[in-house]
Amino acid sequence: MEIIQEMKDILIVSAPPYIRTRSSVSLAMKIVILALLPAFMYSVYIFGWRALVITVLCIVSCMISEAVMQKMLGKKITLDDGSAVLTGLLLAFNLPPGVPLWLPVVGSIFAIVFAKQLFGGLGHNFVNPALAGRAFLMASWPSFMTKEWLAPRGGTLSGIDGITSATPLTLLKNPANFGVPDVIIQQLNEMTTIKNLFFGKIGGCLGETSALLLLIGGLFLIIVGIIDYRIVTGYLLSFAILAVVLPTKGILPLHLLSGGLFLGAFFMATDWVTSPVTKKGRWIFGIGCGVLTAIIRIWGGYPEGVSYSILLMNVFTPVIDRFTREKIFGEKKEKGVKS
Amino acid sequence: MGGVHPPEAKTTEDIAIEVMPVPKRVYIPFSQHTGKPAKPLVNKDDLVKTGTKIGESEGFISASIHASVSGKVVDIKQCPHPVLGSAACCIIESDEKDEWAEGAKKSYDYEDFSKEEILNAIKDGGIVGLGGAAFPTHVKLSPPSDKKIDYLLINGCECEPRLTADHRLMLEYPVGIIEGARLFKKLLDAEHLIFCIEDNKKNAAQVFADEGEQVKILKTKYPQGAEKQLIKAVLNRAVPRGGLPMDVGCVVQNVATCYAAFQAVKFKKPLIDRVVTVTGDGLRESKNLLIRIGTPVIDVINFCGGFVDQAKTIIFGGPMMGISQHTENVPVIKGTSGILVNRKFKIYEEGPCVRCGACVDVCPMGLMPTDIFKRVQNKKFNEAKEYGVLDCIECGCCAYVCPSKIPLVHYLKFGKSEVWRLSKK
Repeated sequence: MEIIQEMKDILIVSAPPYIRTRSSVSLAMKIVILALLPAFMYSVYIFGWRALVITVLCIVSCMISEAVMQKMLGKKITLDDGSAVLTGLLLAFNLPPGVPLWLPVVGSIFAIVFAKQLFGGLGHNFVNPALAGRAFLMASWPSFMTKEWLAPRGGTLSGIDGITSATPLTLLKNPANFGVPDVIIQQLNEMTTIKNLFFGKIGGCLGETSALLLLIGGLFLIIVGIIDYRIVTGYLLSFAILAVVLPTKGILPLHLLSGGLFLGAFFMATDWVTSPVTKKGRWIFGIGCGVLTAIIRIWGGYPEGVSYSILLMNVFTPVIDRFTREKIFGEKKEKGVKS
Repeated sequence: MGGVHPPEAKTTEDIAIEVMPVPKRVYIPFSQHTGKPAKPLVNKDDLVKTGTKIGESEGFISASIHASVSGKVVDIKQCPHPVLGSAACCIIESDEKDEWAEGAKKSYDYEDFSKEEILNAIKDGGIVGLGGAAFPTHVKLSPPSDKKIDYLLINGCECEPRLTADHRLMLEYPVGIIEGARLFKKLLDAEHLIFCIEDNKKNAAQVFADEGEQVKILKTKYPQGAEKQLIKAVLNRAVPRGGLPMDVGCVVQNVATCYAAFQAVKFKKPLIDRVVTVTGDGLRESKNLLIRIGTPVIDVINFCGGFVDQAKTIIFGGPMMGISQHTENVPVIKGTSGILVNRKFKIYEEGPCVRCGACVDVCPMGLMPTDIFKRVQNKKFNEAKEYGVLDCIECGCCAYVCPSKIPLVHYLKFGKSEVWRLSKK
């Protein structure tokens, strides 16, 4: 060590603050991926090698699409932020396990190229890329997206013994297609079915099967402060209330635990980029998702409404933010919000 | 509302205040305060004593400037300034005698002073707010007659990480602080006097409680010591937008300001020195120093054993709001509360905003920094104004928490200056 007296040229000048938190986007993405890992491993366990292949295909195609797009647009390649990996993982979670293997690739390309990079990349996309990819596949190849189910290891697709051709929500929507309606509804509402839903002994998209594992991952993300409890609470609570109040034959636990509601509420609706930044706005966003999901499930044409609800609310996010601006310190109450 | 809690790192809190020897040369800027620069009263080659007034306050918001050493004025010229970049300075070569000006440093019986005499003594002493903004104290103590002040809050929060100058002052000179605060209370006809201290300085709070003063212990968080946030935390009163503390019947004064004012009234000692925390891993020793105003920072660094290795940054102030210096020749001025000399310098690469909302959660003013910075980036200054950019207190919480390391507060400051510039046109 020596004392340097002449240091004129080596002082660094920068803007305050000179200290920062350790938080970073890539760290947050990694933590979300970590929270999804239990559900992922479980999906490989119950659906076998197909689940693994579909997930890997999604992740790899997302990463390649991201890198190629960024290269073409002359931008810095930012695969290390982990957002492409997360999009791939989430898209895989939203695909049935029996889809042909080119489908995940097409969905990933759409998600990254059209929903994300063409809008300016991370932070500028206005809808959740993974959900946009899913919606694109749903619209283009509905039969693959709604029929290619597989029964899970040690269970049935429906969670009910003897019925192997439909998921619980499809059964609930059109019970007459599968047998005596009242019997099916009764079976759906039984405790054993609810248990199967909770522990994941049912079929469905890769990542939506075990409500328990999604709940653990989601609560973990709330505790570490990555996702906002307002969106999740608003979503689940408003949906729960409507599932009780509106005319439906399914009991509340059946509705709450099935059809990727937890996946959507904890991991998709809470996407930073596409949800509001204000506290009030997050409540409104969550409640909006819950209401739309309930409406689609009960009156809509689809058995399931989580992804379209979130996509629709994504579109409203800028408007919600605009009208729920935080109150500025010392702002007079009666003046209200000026926009 | 909002706020953050960065690592306090107040490693110098147990180090007693040390008096730094009088430097050989001082560079005293005529502008060390909010408002108009002082008008020079001396010329080259004039002889001055310690405490001689060398700059007269000009206009309503301004403050007087005094010689901090005895000796000869060798020049008056533009010199580096820690806040303004460069400004007119009076350079005084010390005669190393440290002779005090006529009347200074005697003890005066100020009990019988009229309000006017007290106020004049404070004004003549060039007292400014020592918390950082350096707002002339006599102006803050002269609210318009229609503003009734019922609470005088004495700010001992020192919420910036690393800084301990106020903490040490409270522990070592509580009586002077209390006397100064009482003078303010008398001037303002305030009914209540409360010492506001964060709970990481309980020993200081105890000292004031033992003296029989009313103490409010506040949660340690940043920016607890910001005026509006302090008033809200202590009295639950919200200063209206664009308003001043006096609009809700409050005046806030920093503890060091109280002490300086007390000295100005009791000893006719103008503000020619202040306590500064000097710390950082680029220094051999960390200290709390009583430093003469105008002392070049290189002298301070040498007094602390000199640089260790290749120090990379010199910051005046704390790590949240301080200003990094480009030269080691800048002088310590009235508003300098800390000097941080660091070896490590981390470059943060700015990423895209992912709308996580962290900045919205921590903004103590209820602003949405993410929305404002995007408007500033797109040069939509009118919209930035509508979104409240002018309410920004520049505390830096938004940039501190941003996971994309966007220098949000920097954008907001720029937005503010642009809004002002455009409104003047």
